[in-house]
Amino acid sequence: MKPAPFDYLRAESREDVLAQLHEHGDQARIIAGGQSLVPMLSMRLAKPALLVDVMHVESLSKIEATDAGIRVGAGVRQARLLDWATRDPRLPLLAKALPWVGHAQTRNRGTVVGSVAHADPSAEQPLCLLTLGGTLQLRHRKKARSIPASEFFVGMMATARGDTELIESVTFPAAQPGTGYAFREVGRRHGDFAIVACAAVATHTGVRLGVGGVADIPNVRELPLPGASDFDDALNQYAWDLEARDDLHATARYRRELVRRLGRETIEEALRCRN
Amino acid sequence: MPKLIASMRHAVSLTLNGRKVEGQAEPRMLLSDFLRHQLGATGTHVGCEHGVCGACTVLIDGLPARSCLALAVQSDGADVKTIEGLSPDGGHTLGVLQEAFREHHGLQCGFCTPGILMSLDGFLRAQPDASERELKEMLSGHLCRCTGYATIIKAALHAQQRLKEERAYA
Ligand SMILES: Cc1cc2nc3c(=O)[nH]c(=O)nc-3n(C[C@@H](O)[C@H](O)[C@H](O)COP(=O)(O)OP(=O)(O)OC[C@H]3O[C@@H](n4cnc5c(N)ncnc54)[C@H](O)[C@@H]3O)c2cc1C
Ligand code: FES
Ligand code: FES
Repeated sequence: MKPAPFDYLRAESREDVLAQLHEHGDQARIIAGGQSLVPMLSMRLAKPALLVDVMHVESLSKIEATDAGIRVGAGVRQARLLDWATRDPRLPLLAKALPWVGHAQTRNRGTVVGSVAHADPSAEQPLCLLTLGGTLQLRHRKKARSIPASEFFVGMMATARGDTELIESVTFPAAQPGTGYAFREVGRRHGDFAIVACAAVATHTGVRLGVGGVADIPNVRELPLPGASDFDDALNQYAWDLEARDDLHATARYRRELVRRLGRETIEEALRCRN
Repeated sequence: MPKLIASMRHAVSLTLNGRKVEGQAEPRMLLSDFLRHQLGATGTHVGCEHGVCGACTVLIDGLPARSCLALAVQSDGADVKTIEGLSPDGGHTLGVLQEAFREHHGLQCGFCTPGILMSLDGFLRAQPDASERELKEMLSGHLCRCTGYATIIKAALHAQQRLKEERAYA
């Protein structure tokens, strides 16, 4: 299992990256932490002509607080955001979710943006970004745009990113007063991809439940509070609407049951965490 | 750094176990192969070659990482520590971690062992007071076909204790 040949460029600036993407289009591929891309290269599921390494571009390596929330640059590794989130009370959902992303050994290399770009349906970071109502900052040579996560994930590992666009950063909205956040996941082993992952945001009037691992893309829905008479029906309906399928890891029925049980537990935890 | 052409070999230099070394790599060469075939550091083992088993774990700039998921050219200028760097005198005696694994039968065939030791080396430096649960969670990044893990965890906890004592005396 060895990658097919490709050229390699260690970009020194954002403009370097954008010029290469502009020139080579879908023949070029960005490499960040390589934790998903290198296996794909080795298995020859991807055969780019050129890899553009973004990990040495200083301007992409920042975590910053902006009006919209915490903005995480393309070069920020998962371990660094986890460390940040455990100290910064504005990112409670990520503090809970990031320990579930692979293993310490892969978080030391893998980036937050790389995971969002890769858009695996069971990945935790895309799910958190979507559930929190976050945004992505994309840029190509001539213009920049910002899009909500709800428009970014379009299918199984398919996104709204154009071939010549760099995802410069993603922005996670900061925690709001009176709101609670929780994350839970069931997988075969800690560090494995989730069979079902749930992220919940609860206020005093309602809850938002995000579910990963079931549909082709992470999904989020507003639900009533668990005390309400229509809560059980709403959660059950959500579990069915996700159209779970049988696969090697779990049956559709088991996944639906997990959405109901794990979903409820996650919501209850989020309610308890309201500040 | 200019664009590195696919069909050519390029000089890659890094610090390996404290020594500056240089080798040649095509862009597609994995760091694991570079360490083994170019630098002769064959203690790093290669199992699955897609990031799952952990056998190839080394420290890159002080942090445990899969060498099969890094390219040699990406690691140009990096500081890399492999199992060869764990012995205090270049292989004549065992380091604390190695000794603990020997004592507690933390290995059988030994194929997974170098990777596990490198993870522990990085982890126990960063979190000397890690709980048993945290240690197990970190070890979930490794597969061992032989031991059943109980002896690995015992050895790891013992090594943690010894390293703490060493620091207390130092
Ligand atoms: C053993 C193992 C277990 C794992 N378990 C989990 C898990 O439980 N949950 C989970 O979520 N992930 C898991 N992963 C994958 C995760 O670790 C990866 O880090 C992540 O998906 C990709 O991030 P990366 O920085 O490594 O990106 P890369 O692998 O470098 O790139 C991934 C893709 O994103 C593109 N890309 C990267 N950055 C940009 C950018 N700035 N702009 C545009 N495109 C970009 C690349 O071109 C490529 O297509 C696991 C990986 C391994 C090896
Ligand atoms: S050989 Fe690298 S993780 Fe298995
Ligand atoms: S000792 Fe044989 S694989 Fe771990």
